[in-house]
Amino acid sequence: MDDILKFKNVSLIYQTSVGETEALKNLSFTVKKSEFISIIGPSGCGKTTVLSLIAGLIKQSSGEIIYKGKNLSETDKNIGYMLQRDELFPWRNIERNVTLPLEIKKIKDKSARERAISLVEKYGLGEFLKHRPSSLSGGMRQRASLIRTLSFNPDLLLLDEPFSALDSQTRLKVSDDVFKIIRSENKTAILVTHDISEAISMSDRIIVLTKRPAQVFKEHTLLFDASLTPISRRERPEFSKLFDVIWKELCNA
Amino acid sequence: MPNPLSKERKSYLKKQKYNKIFITVAQFLILTILIGLWELFARLNIIDSFLMSSPSQISKTIISLFKSGELGKHIFTTLYETLLGFFIATALGTIIALMLWWSDFLRKVLEPYIVVLNSLPKIALGPIIIVWFGAGTKSIVFMAVLITIIVTIITMLNGFLSTDSGKILLMRSLGASKVQILLKLVLPSSLETFISSLKINVGMAWIGSIMGEYLVSKQGIGYLIVYGGQVFRLDLVMASTVILCALASLMYLGVSLLEKLLIKK
Ligand SMILES: Nc1ncnc2c1ncn2[C@@H]1O[C@H](COP(=O)(O)OP(=O)(O)OP(=O)(O)O)[C@@H](O)[C@H]1O
Ligand SMILES: [Mg+2]
Repeated sequence: MDDILKFKNVSLIYQTSVGETEALKNLSFTVKKSEFISIIGPSGCGKTTVLSLIAGLIKQSSGEIIYKGKNLSETDKNIGYMLQRDELFPWRNIERNVTLPLEIKKIKDKSARERAISLVEKYGLGEFLKHRPSSLSGGMRQRASLIRTLSFNPDLLLLDEPFSALDSQTRLKVSDDVFKIIRSENKTAILVTHDISEAISMSDRIIVLTKRPAQVFKEHTLLFDASLTPISRRERPEFSKLFDVIWKELCNA
Repeated sequence: MPNPLSKERKSYLKKQKYNKIFITVAQFLILTILIGLWELFARLNIIDSFLMSSPSQISKTIISLFKSGELGKHIFTTLYETLLGFFIATALGTIIALMLWWSDFLRKVLEPYIVVLNSLPKIALGPIIIVWFGAGTKSIVFMAVLITIIVTIITMLNGFLSTDSGKILLMRSLGASKVQILLKLVLPSSLETFISSLKINVGMAWIGSIMGEYLVSKQGIGYLIVYGGQVFRLDLVMASTVILCALASLMYLGVSLLEKLLIKK
């Protein structure tokens, strides 16, 4: 498999009027195509910063980010960013929320639009197409938010603690849904989370970061059977073992 | 809703309805009692009807103003000044707020000026305005604009700036340009601020036009009030005030209607 994304000694220092904050220091890792990666690390260590860099919202202070073999800033990046809150626009119905990226990116062709609408139907929100987000539950809203992220058919998905606003019951269900959707659309995904179980239940590989400034502390490749869903992964004996390992690592990171 | 209403729901809705009727009745009752007592005390000479006037005198004055054809002229004059001031200030104020939202530099540079203008009692500028624009409608409209526009700028700018930062981040991650962020996010999410700004502006524009008329005018409701005061015709002052109340309420009602129209859609 080929690499879709590569971080080479990336450092980032935030400049503010109060001072400077070194968020990342010589961070290096790679993401392969169709891989599901989780990034986990102590709070405030720079996880969101990593995603902001990939999304092109900020620029690194030094180092290289290679996306599809080219410098990230030079590529016409097709990257979807799913945020912590759903950020659905309350004045738009689900259909117009989901197709917002097409409007922004001026993608006018009909098939793209139809594809987005078919995703809504495929993932169980068809009857809410003309409804405002306020009439959806938290879990449904988060699903709508994922569909919005998928609507323009991005090559890479960035997920920044997308389930942290949900209660624990819904959280399990929605992460199961999201996992299935991402798998069936065959997308590459990078998930940032605080939740060790979530990382283990969803990913192919887990990158554990150190305290700020973030560097890679450990990497774990997961070898669960491909047919297992996140919820059924939780019942496997390897699950709790790995949990303990990562838990200890996070304490020392 | 397809399914029929339950018994509890029906009795709840009924209670709500009665509650609403009760409140409306109470509101009318208070007004009627106040007017009734006022009239009664005036007739019994408990209060001096020369200084306090009375409801019957006031209505007589309004009717005679109407019959002489004066009323229409005065109402039209003031309404014209107020509406013109209202629209100019709202439009211009919103545009200026947009410019300040667009440019951080401009906003930071102009901030102290806006603060000073906001706290300055605008009536103090009356004499200057009259010298510049002459003793006529222009000065009055300018006064209305001046009083209304600063509040519009401040309210709208705060509305624009309070746009949810998470949603701005979402737009930026989609590669949205600043114009797209403005049109698709900032403006729609500021609709409610705009409506509340309109509501404030109704009051402000009236203050401006009446104040303008106090300073310079030969006709209008504000003129009637000043004139009535000077010749000790309190019935005229009161009658004009009543008309003013009615006009301002009507305009506020108009904005409320607009609100229903915009927010529903
Ligand atoms: N725009 C910014 N300007 C200045 N400092 C920032 C900015 N964004 C983040 N930081 C700082 O950089 C560090 C890393 O922030 P980041 O948000 O990437 O951490 P995180 O791992 O996502 O944290 P959390 O676990 O709380 O989500 C923090 O110390 C934060 O205070
Ligand atoms: Mg974060």
